[in-house]
Amino acid sequence: MKRLAAVLALALLATPALAVRPDEMLPDPGLEARARALSQGLRCLVCRNESIDDSDADLAHDLRVLLRSRLTAGDSDEQAVAYIVARYGEFVLLNPTTQGANLILWGAGPAALLAGAWLALSVTRRRARAPEAAALSPDDQAKVKALMENTRV
Amino acid sequence: MIVELGHYALILAFVIATLQAILPMVGAQRRDQVLMALAGPAATSQFFLIAISFGALTYAFVTSDFSLRLVVNNSHTLKPMLYKVAGVWGNHEGSLLLWVLALSFYGALAHWFGGQLPARLKARVLAVQGAIGSAFLAFMLWTSNPFLRLASPPMNGHDLNPLLQDPGLAFHPPFLYLGYVGLSMAFAFAVAALIEGRVDAAWGRWVRPWTLTAWLFLTIGITMGSLWAYYELGWGGFWFWDPVENASFMPWLIATALLHSAIVVEKRESLKAWTILLAILAFGFSLVGTFIVRSGVITSVHAFASDPTRGVFVLAILAVFVGGALTLFALRAGALEAKGVFAMVSRETGLVVNNLLLTVSCFVVFIGTIWPLVAEILWNRALSVGAPFFNAAFMPFAIGLAIVLPIGAVLPWKRADLGRALKPFAGALALTVAAALLAYAVTGGVSTLGPLGVALAVWLVAGVAMDLWQRCGRGTLAQRLGRLARLPRADWGRAMAHAGFGVAIFGIVSVTTWAVEDIRVVNVGESYDLGPYSVQLVDLSDQTGPNYTAQVAELRVTKDGAEVAVMHPAKRTYPIAGMATNEAAIRPGIFGDIYLVVGDAQDGGGYAVRSYLKPFALWLWLGGLMMALGGTLSLSDRRFRVAAGARRSSNIAVAAE
Repeated sequence: MKRLAAVLALALLATPALAVRPDEMLPDPGLEARARALSQGLRCLVCRNESIDDSDADLAHDLRVLLRSRLTAGDSDEQAVAYIVARYGEFVLLNPTTQGANLILWGAGPAALLAGAWLALSVTRRRARAPEAAALSPDDQAKVKALMENTRV
Repeated sequence: MIVELGHYALILAFVIATLQAILPMVGAQRRDQVLMALAGPAATSQFFLIAISFGALTYAFVTSDFSLRLVVNNSHTLKPMLYKVAGVWGNHEGSLLLWVLALSFYGALAHWFGGQLPARLKARVLAVQGAIGSAFLAFMLWTSNPFLRLASPPMNGHDLNPLLQDPGLAFHPPFLYLGYVGLSMAFAFAVAALIEGRVDAAWGRWVRPWTLTAWLFLTIGITMGSLWAYYELGWGGFWFWDPVENASFMPWLIATALLHSAIVVEKRESLKAWTILLAILAFGFSLVGTFIVRSGVITSVHAFASDPTRGVFVLAILAVFVGGALTLFALRAGALEAKGVFAMVSRETGLVVNNLLLTVSCFVVFIGTIWPLVAEILWNRALSVGAPFFNAAFMPFAIGLAIVLPIGAVLPWKRADLGRALKPFAGALALTVAAALLAYAVTGGVSTLGPLGVALAVWLVAGVAMDLWQRCGRGTLAQRLGRLARLPRADWGRAMAHAGFGVAIFGIVSVTTWAVEDIRVVNVGESYDLGPYSVQLVDLSDQTGPNYTAQVAELRVTKDGAEVAVMHPAKRTYPIAGMATNEAAIRPGIFGDIYLVVGDAQDGGGYAVRSYLKPFALWLWLGGLMMALGGTLSLSDRRFRVAAGARRSSNIAVAAE
């Protein structure tokens, strides 16, 4: 659904080409596979929320070509990504880093799970120890029986 | 004239909704029967007025009334009729009108079918519904009025965004909205119960059908949305963790938790405060979703509009309703006394685990969605949180849920013996391990995720089958099948929904891990191999549609020389909107889809062609539909009908006296 509107924004500029174009693919299948994997984690800057692997935008095309040229030049995966981050900023990383305040982002899930589990456990413990509600007295039971029979009519 | 009538009806609906919010609430406080009795007729008339308003806007779209600004911006005389009608909600103002229409529909339903509710509870529920309606009608009238005229109407309109010109638009938003807005019922019941300071089994029973209804519409809406993305976008993606998708997913997760915790309230009178909190949060996340979509604050390509006045307005609505409800909760939750006692191992604790996993996973999605905003405000740091984060952070919860679900579902209430409960799972476990090994062997160990997903899917489905088999007792096969057929519909609903979860997992995992992709330049007449198939680009031709021209390719797919399919992917150009779209050709199959897209002509001759094999893609949506079907079955269960029946017979009895 996101792509729907992504194209919406871009379509004003051009007709959609296909995301990864045949002419930009590398002849070496190993390198090409690495490029594909890496580009799925890099964001197309003009379309937002879309990786350069999925995007039809010209900028995404340029980034794909740039990434491939770094890989063919012999960069490792980390070097190639660092090269792009150095030029376009942290914003291009779809997978947020674990540096600085981002630790809160990554830690929030496990922390919430632990806190929730602790809370659930303590409440359940209390429920398990709480006394059972008293059973109905014979009087009340008779009343209930009478009521049940009345409604059935 | 008709347009003015619609505009007037909308203003009247706002006035009535405001009265509906205040008078019955006051009446319930003072035990004034007359004021309380106002709620029902007000809800009914509010619904009919908004329906009139909606009808008027539809009329304007159908007749292409270009004196309306909204119609000019979103329609064109040449647009096919289906999209003239669906185009009513293919824009900000119109979609809000659909939103309030759904809201008032639920309010009216609560009146029509709420005869057995205690008068004060009903008055308060309808008053809360009225308050929500009033706030959103004000939002429409002051910031997003669909009935604004133009002084000098143009000869024709700008047409609807071509990507929205799809049958998906006709069905996806209405279902999604019925789901979003349906959660307002659970919210209204929660707030009314907090004001009364009383939550009991009966409350649980009243609130569950509404939650179930909202949940099943939301399930259908999300499933259809992902199917739409799959075929429309040209490469078969179905879920992107976009803020707007998350906006619909978060209420779904909470609604799923609420659905389960309300069972505990209904059957065991426990987890009351928690259930109330979930009911508030479920609708709260619906409002957060509305805020995200309508304000465009988290820059998402999805946002129709990014006008700050609108965003602030929705934020104010969010603050008042969720803030107010949570304050009320803080004041009153202590008064909700739990009755049912349960041991550490019991159905109750199983459902607590379910709730824990669902709510924390929702929290993870929430924090990932708003994190870019937080980072920018607090540290002026521009960063992205995309699919890799969500996949990594969310998956453990989905896996955890799938593992504990079958066990939790068979535990007895109150106190259980884990050893005895696990014993019958030996067969299911063996089947699960075998399936995982088979998947690993067949696919040559490409990924570990694939076999894990297959294992979880088999575990879920086998667990459901085992449970059903256990429930039909002992005896001959005929006796057992007889008992199986007489199981309550709620049990069937549960089995169907849980199995659907397994089927969906299987579809998701297959399509993401074992898809085959091929990108190449193909000349006319040339053939290439795609998995076991051979594909030939036969021809390209030009065609003309009602408001577009198209370049249609013809591809012949063969397997071992025998023809499998002739497929026609197209590329459409919409001259009025100035846009082009790729229409993929898909041949769906139970074992997988063939998915072809033909792109631009290349400089050196030939065309760019993308081809995919999407194994078991169909199962993904099948799983979603099974979940929705399970919800429907549950909803038709006898215990939700007997309440209404009992009331009817008691009325007759009174009349006879």
